[in-house]
Amino acid sequence: MAAVSTKIADLSVAMVTAPVAISEWLVVLPVALCILLGATLMMIRDRISLHPLVAIPGLAAVVLVDAALLWKVVTEGPVTMVMGRWLPPFGIAFSVDILGAMLALAAAIVALAGSLYALSDINDSARRYGFFPFLLLLLAGVSGAFLTGDIFNLYVWFEVLLISSFGLLVLGSEREQIDGAVKYAFLNLVGTTLFLIAVGYLYAIFGTLNMADIAMKVKEGREGLPLVTLSALFLFAFGMKAAAFPVNFWLPASYHTPRVVVSAVFAGLLTKVGVYALIRVMVMLLPAEREELSLMIVVAAVATMLTGAAGALAQNDVRRLLGYLVISGIGSMLAGVALGGPGGISGAIFYALHSIVLMTALYMAAGLAARISGSYSLESLGGIYRQNAPLAFVTLALFFAVSGLPPFSGFWPKVILVKASLDIGAWWLAGVLLLTGFLTTIAVGRVFLLAYWRPKAGDDGAPAVSIDRTAFLPVLLLTALVSIFGVLPEGLLRLTQEAAAGLENPAAYVHSVFPGGAK
Amino acid sequence: MEAVLAVVVGIFFAAAIYLILSKYIVRILLGVAILGNAVNLLLFTSGRLTREVPPIIAEGIDALPAGAANPLPQALILTAIVISFSFFAFLLVLTYRAYQDLKTDNTDDMRIAEPIKDPLPPLGY
Amino acid sequence: MNTLIFRTVAPFLTGLMILFSIFVLLRGHNEPGGGFIGGLIAASALAIYGIACGVSVVRRALRVHPLAISGCGLFLACLAGFVSLPAAVPFMTGLWIYPHIFGLEVPLATVMLFDIGVYLVVVGSITSIALALEEKEND
Repeated sequence: MAAVSTKIADLSVAMVTAPVAISEWLVVLPVALCILLGATLMMIRDRISLHPLVAIPGLAAVVLVDAALLWKVVTEGPVTMVMGRWLPPFGIAFSVDILGAMLALAAAIVALAGSLYALSDINDSARRYGFFPFLLLLLAGVSGAFLTGDIFNLYVWFEVLLISSFGLLVLGSEREQIDGAVKYAFLNLVGTTLFLIAVGYLYAIFGTLNMADIAMKVKEGREGLPLVTLSALFLFAFGMKAAAFPVNFWLPASYHTPRVVVSAVFAGLLTKVGVYALIRVMVMLLPAEREELSLMIVVAAVATMLTGAAGALAQNDVRRLLGYLVISGIGSMLAGVALGGPGGISGAIFYALHSIVLMTALYMAAGLAARISGSYSLESLGGIYRQNAPLAFVTLALFFAVSGLPPFSGFWPKVILVKASLDIGAWWLAGVLLLTGFLTTIAVGRVFLLAYWRPKAGDDGAPAVSIDRTAFLPVLLLTALVSIFGVLPEGLLRLTQEAAAGLENPAAYVHSVFPGGAK
Repeated sequence: MEAVLAVVVGIFFAAAIYLILSKYIVRILLGVAILGNAVNLLLFTSGRLTREVPPIIAEGIDALPAGAANPLPQALILTAIVISFSFFAFLLVLTYRAYQDLKTDNTDDMRIAEPIKDPLPPLGY
Repeated sequence: MNTLIFRTVAPFLTGLMILFSIFVLLRGHNEPGGGFIGGLIAASALAIYGIACGVSVVRRALRVHPLAISGCGLFLACLAGFVSLPAAVPFMTGLWIYPHIFGLEVPLATVMLFDIGVYLVVVGSITSIALALEEKEND
């Protein structure tokens, strides 16, 4: 018996009055579904055999929902749903454009691959500790960050994904993990606190937290406002999340300590959320300030690329090597943000999508190699090609992709970024991008030579070792994605260009939040 | 009034950063806790300060009374307090576990994940 | 710390505090109070019980793991948003019903369901952290 109170004044100017179509629920469904599933798994935490049975179909459903959402956004333009009927800027809005939808889809695919890989990688005690619930809540946090249209809400999703990542990181509570987790936890918490400080200043300046509203208010006038300082704060905070030089030391300290599937999911998802937030804030909200800070960003980008690649060259542990490769990839994305323009931004977006899929696949492949060889150390790894040739082939493809060689998806963002930097005459940036690719090729080439090609010391006639199909399947799936978008990049290129255009001119995004125009 | 609070926020930040620069995790933890409070105060100040009029719309009126406090920063702070509280609790447990397992709370000695003598990769075979 | 007085009083104190926490939770509907603060009170009640009688006693009294309580709360809170789906209003809209129970009009809302969810999340997570800290003191 629904009764509407009539005492309150007319609120129709501030509230949604039209009925909401079912299709608009796609906007919140990726997040809500993950939370529901994660909560269900937390409730049945003792029935560990049920966990994968709920999580894997659930994640598959999330992938489908994200795909449907991307389709809707591509065909109809950005969509918005406001929470609790309050119209923006009063209510919290979830606004999805192509950028958010693409990244959310990639994140869901990676999480699905991770859950498949976990079937053989995560033992019962780690499952009891809650691998699957934490994975789902992590994905909820990541998707929420990609889909939200409110900057304080973005902060909340950062914290959601942070707290679930803590849970995943200490899964098993070994000494090494605790050590890594301490550094990860403190530095990331300081990073998100910096983000909150920046949000506080943003609110003090504009009096609103809705991103579309901010984008409009920035256009109306920026005279005398301390926006460059604010952008520098955002840059610092998101750079810390994205592991950009010089605030990237938490990543090599912690990413090699958890179980390999956790490292894989982290490498795919966490740093890219920082990059996404950087793109969203610097490109869409504060474009003029991005121009002013572009020199600072480009210095950070170059340093990140080079220290990442050089760090990778010096590592003996394959997982630590991959951690440095994550960092050098972040450098390339930052270079795109610094370049700006359609080329730079679409290159950065393409690189982020590529890196989400690729880095996860690389960690998973390294985990499989370690399962065969029993080690992550380059000194003792060896003979994997002889023992399992398919794995060696797949890994070689991934190594090509991470070096930015054709015909894999790493090639195209590199091409776009190099071309964008040559177009504005920044030949040195193009040089650094290519040099990073070259150093990466050396680093991974050495891994392939030592771990895969070199016969294992001691036993020459080592028998072929088969690996679990459930563990090989996700690696194969992700490698297939990397190859397909390497050979047929047109569709993805068009989408990233549209996404970049939508960021530079957010009229459609603003219109979806304020259909009636600004008040 | 904002100026006074700005100074207070500055003092909070100074104390927090001083503690975070320490080598010992417990001090860093206290620094992080103070940092959280500094940020809350900053959010509060950023909403502009007014005196003694709660942001509640009385019955029969459909707008806030003049000079009412800004309710949004209060909501933000409430969220931030909840988050920083839960993080503090988690970090406390983590610090305690670290102290038990690693037998130290000096970050200089916490080199298990990153050993000092990590060998270089072999240069050939 | 573990005096006879404390051990005798603790169970009553715990019961009283949990009752009070539920009062605060329901009061939060229209007045100061609510799920978070109520949950904190309940969690501190369980923490006191743990200090007095030992962690294993609390775990047995709870029957389920504290994190399962959290999960249940998260589920309820999220479900409160999904009630909007059949009503064709946006996610997390507050919806009200006014059933008459024993001739008394009882206003029920999805907001309250959400608040109960928050209460359970806080009870579960804070209790599990508190118990983890207390447990380690004994070994």
